[in-house]
Amino acid sequence: MIALENIEKHFGTLHVLKGVSLVVPESGVTALIGPSGSGKSTLLRCVNLLELPQAGRVRIDDATLDFSAGARPNRQAMQALRRKTGMVFQNFQLFPHLSALENVIEGLVTVLRWPGERARARGLELLEKVGMAAKADDWPANLSGGQQQRVAIARALAPAPLVLLCDEPTSALDPELAGEVVDVLAQLAREGTTMLMATHDLRLASSIAGNVVFLDHGEVVEAGPSREVFGAPVRERTKRFVSSLRQDGGDVPGADG
Amino acid sequence: MPHWLPLMLESLPSLLWACVVFTVPLTVLSFGLGLGVGFTAALTRLFAPWPFAALVRFYVWIIRGTPLLVQLFLIFYGLPSVGIVLDAFPAALIGFTLNVGAYTSEIIRAVLGSVPKGQWEAAYSIGMSWAQAIRRIILPQASRVAVPPLSNTFISLVKDTSLAAAITVPELFRAGQRIVATSYEPLIIYVEVALIYLVVSTVLSSLQARLETWLSRYGGYIEAGT
Repeated sequence: MIALENIEKHFGTLHVLKGVSLVVPESGVTALIGPSGSGKSTLLRCVNLLELPQAGRVRIDDATLDFSAGARPNRQAMQALRRKTGMVFQNFQLFPHLSALENVIEGLVTVLRWPGERARARGLELLEKVGMAAKADDWPANLSGGQQQRVAIARALAPAPLVLLCDEPTSALDPELAGEVVDVLAQLAREGTTMLMATHDLRLASSIAGNVVFLDHGEVVEAGPSREVFGAPVRERTKRFVSSLRQDGGDVPGADG
Repeated sequence: MPHWLPLMLESLPSLLWACVVFTVPLTVLSFGLGLGVGFTAALTRLFAPWPFAALVRFYVWIIRGTPLLVQLFLIFYGLPSVGIVLDAFPAALIGFTLNVGAYTSEIIRAVLGSVPKGQWEAAYSIGMSWAQAIRRIILPQASRVAVPPLSNTFISLVKDTSLAAAITVPELFRAGQRIVATSYEPLIIYVEVALIYLVVSTVLSSLQARLETWLSRYGGYIEAGT
């Protein structure tokens, strides 16, 4: 289980996260939605400590870290927490000097010290899963955006993390290429991968997320099963946001009612 | 046969000898050591606490702000006054190493900074430590950008080693001076010396071109987009 408690984050004078708490149920997909600047990316990055909160607690499984302003948690504890997560970035961030397969196995070989053969086998299996086995030896620069993102998903899954964090995984892609990434994520969701994803992509959120958390101005406005949040939002801010998404042309489950 | 040809042929062995025994080792050693100094200095400026970073800035400021020839004279002729007596070759090696270190530290600092921040984050996100990220992800990408400016430094260094003649290192240029002293043919001998420098630089440039091609094998950086 992933639990965030009272996460506070300031960037200078900007108060980005105002005591956010949320629980991500295992084997389910939780979508973080909200307008630009609502803090959803920052919250996601607090889970794997690319950003350090100034207060609050992050718990993943048996690893817990408490934060306070000015005190940097020790390295081992940060590594321990980080290794329970995998991250998919908006801009893919594949390593350009490594082939697709080398990208996937880099963490296994360098961090977890797997022997090469075992890592390759695992890498090929993951590339197969995201439909990229045929491109295993290609450089990232020779792949389309959608293909790069699918390799990035395989890379994030390589060490079998407890939770896959996805930061706007489709928003750098045009709709057609986004589709192939959504398909891969949907497949992972069906297999019971625990995911927490920040997204603007209504198709993504509504088709695979079981739970939705609506974040605005650094606060959780509304959270619950996606059918309820999208179909029958309670709070006024949520209603306005969901209807603005619908005007962008997405299909929302339960939107007809 | 024109009269200059036998003279050139006659002096060629001793010039090549000086080149192979002094010029090339001085260049290669001081560049290798200087790269080590430069890399350490660059990491210190980027990541170490400010007193260390300030020390490095001071070092770079001194070396870049004073002539190489003056530095060499200080080390070889000046240091004996405070009890540090060095042979000519080690004195030159120290001088060139410090010089290369200062210039390359600026290059290395810039190219390390040119690797997108997202690459660090991706490295951290798969559990890498800072050292692993530097070694496996950042350096390989930075080294590709670094090759042209570092090659510049290297090729300049080949020619700068002629300054070591002034502190009695019997390298290529000094060997030429000696031949001129007995043959009284400065034009012919110095043209020959210049040609040897030219050949060495040209060979190095072509090696640089190959290295660049190899380092570029994976295409460009990947930025956002489709």
